[in-house]
Amino acid sequence: MDIVFRDVEHRYQINTPFEKRALYDIHMDIRNGSYVAVVGHTGSGKSTLLQHLNGLLQPTKGTVHLGKYTITAGKKEKHLKSLRKKVGIVFQFPEHQLFEETVEKDICFGPMNFGMSEQEAKARVGEWLALVGLPEEVRHKSPFALSGGQMRRVAIAGVLAMNPEVLVLDEPTAGLDPRGRKEMMDMFAQLQRRKGMTIVLVTHSMEEAARYADDIIVMHQGTIVRRGAPEHIFRHVDDLIGLGLDVPETVLFQRAIEQKFGVQFHAPCLTIEDVIKNLQTLFTRVKRI
Amino acid sequence: MNNMIIGKYVPGDSLIHRLDPRTKLLLMFIYVFIVFLANNEWTYGVLTFFTCALLFLSRIKLSFIIKGLKPVLWVIVFTFLLHVLFTKEGNIVFQWLGIEVYDKAIQQGAFISLRFLLLIVVTTLLTLTTTPIEVTDGMESLLSPLKKWNIPVHELALMMSISLRFIPTLMEETEKIMKAQMARGVDFASGPLSERMKAMTALLVPLFISAFKRAEELAVAMEVRGYRGGNGRTKWRELTWRGIDTAFMILLGFLAIVLWLLRS
Ligand SMILES: Nc1ncnc2c1ncn2[C@@H]1O[C@H](COP(=O)(O)OP(=O)(O)OP(=O)(O)O)[C@@H](O)[C@H]1O
Ligand SMILES: [Mg+2]
Repeated sequence: MDIVFRDVEHRYQINTPFEKRALYDIHMDIRNGSYVAVVGHTGSGKSTLLQHLNGLLQPTKGTVHLGKYTITAGKKEKHLKSLRKKVGIVFQFPEHQLFEETVEKDICFGPMNFGMSEQEAKARVGEWLALVGLPEEVRHKSPFALSGGQMRRVAIAGVLAMNPEVLVLDEPTAGLDPRGRKEMMDMFAQLQRRKGMTIVLVTHSMEEAARYADDIIVMHQGTIVRRGAPEHIFRHVDDLIGLGLDVPETVLFQRAIEQKFGVQFHAPCLTIEDVIKNLQTLFTRVKRI
Repeated sequence: MNNMIIGKYVPGDSLIHRLDPRTKLLLMFIYVFIVFLANNEWTYGVLTFFTCALLFLSRIKLSFIIKGLKPVLWVIVFTFLLHVLFTKEGNIVFQWLGIEVYDKAIQQGAFISLRFLLLIVVTTLLTLTTTPIEVTDGMESLLSPLKKWNIPVHELALMMSISLRFIPTLMEETEKIMKAQMARGVDFASGPLSERMKAMTALLVPLFISAFKRAEELAVAMEVRGYRGGNGRTKWRELTWRGIDTAFMILLGFLAIVLWLLRS
């Protein structure tokens, strides 16, 4: 589904002395099937933005269009449950949402809430476990007997099991080991490519944003300040640093090489693979001379 | 839940905010008693004026207090109606469908509702202008004479301050878990009883687990930093009794005397 935000504002605890404007002036479009990364300094409003994607938060001003659903400030919305079936959210530290006696039951909880039969859900648990890289043995264990990283995977499996059209991820890999991170991120990218899932990812890792996203949204103090393809966003290194962000190591490396040797890479280095490719062309060029 | 203001602290720098917490605690405690001295128009007038003055000095927006009192307002209205309908003293003011309303009943209903309202406003004002930590420090200091009888005042105060400290954290946690489960299709607001029970488990289990984990971490963290009870422990925030505090206590005594003289 296409996602469109029009002039969205969100204030927490509106009309109290604790009122806090966490979002304002948000205009954005997310095309069906795209992979969007949202980056920004801590407290810039990323999580608040995400919660508007399935009606957990209602804008205090403006309108959010989610496919055929429209959420407008000040109007009671009724069809939230069917919307939530279509937009799955993996929250920050999703392992805190586990509660069932067994991993199997916890994973089946979401799909069964949305109307899947118990048999079907149970029959598919193996598939979901495999998707998040967990062995079949954990199925009948208590989720609380698992390691933190494994719990995280169970929680993510519980959201994937709802088979959403849009998958919203709030720092899903924070605290995982590097290998686990990569596996997880590759899995999300595959869901996008193979199943056409729309993915919205919040991350503090510029490397992840650069490698996986088609589009990057940069947030700063409650609003969107930059929006564009990674090649475009990471061209402005100082700009990002000024916003309290970082750029991928590879971009810094590229900049250092270019300055030191007075050369120009023919493409931006967003990933290690880009660096290798660029260096190879550079070397062949040098050899020829 | 967000509308409840009782127990919430509103940061500020007003005269009332800066009073010693002991003054405020004593003030509240004594106020609760002297409210009962009032029994006619004059005494209630004086008391209302005093309370309004406190409100004014606290610099807290009146609209905020009114909004926060809404949940208790119906209790006050109910009290009033109860008195109006069931007290049968004085002269009949009007009669309607066999209901007789007496003038004394209206007066009594109004007084009692007002008393209730004043009490709530003053206690709310205390929590609005004093941080929970200050409240416990004040309590500990006021109750410290009880140590002579082996009452663990320090431990009680510590328990209280820890619980107060974790109320907002638990509320936040509750909200987070509710949202996470709502995203998984849980409906906390409606649905058949069995599903609601399930919804409550989906909320309470993670909440308890995180609370226990937090308690354990806190205990370890305190032990690691060498905490071993109240004996010989100094304080970082020392309470200081200033002239203004004495002034307030005198004012309160004065108020009590005035009420005593004016009551009928
Ligand atoms: N429930 C709430 N009540 C009041 N204020 C809130 C609430 N949740 C968030 N805020 C405030 O809104 C702002 C944006 O918070 P948000 O959680 O969206 O930030 P974030 O970009 O996700 O940060 P992080 O990277 O640390 O997760 C912050 O200043 C925060 O203090
Ligand atoms: Mg966040």
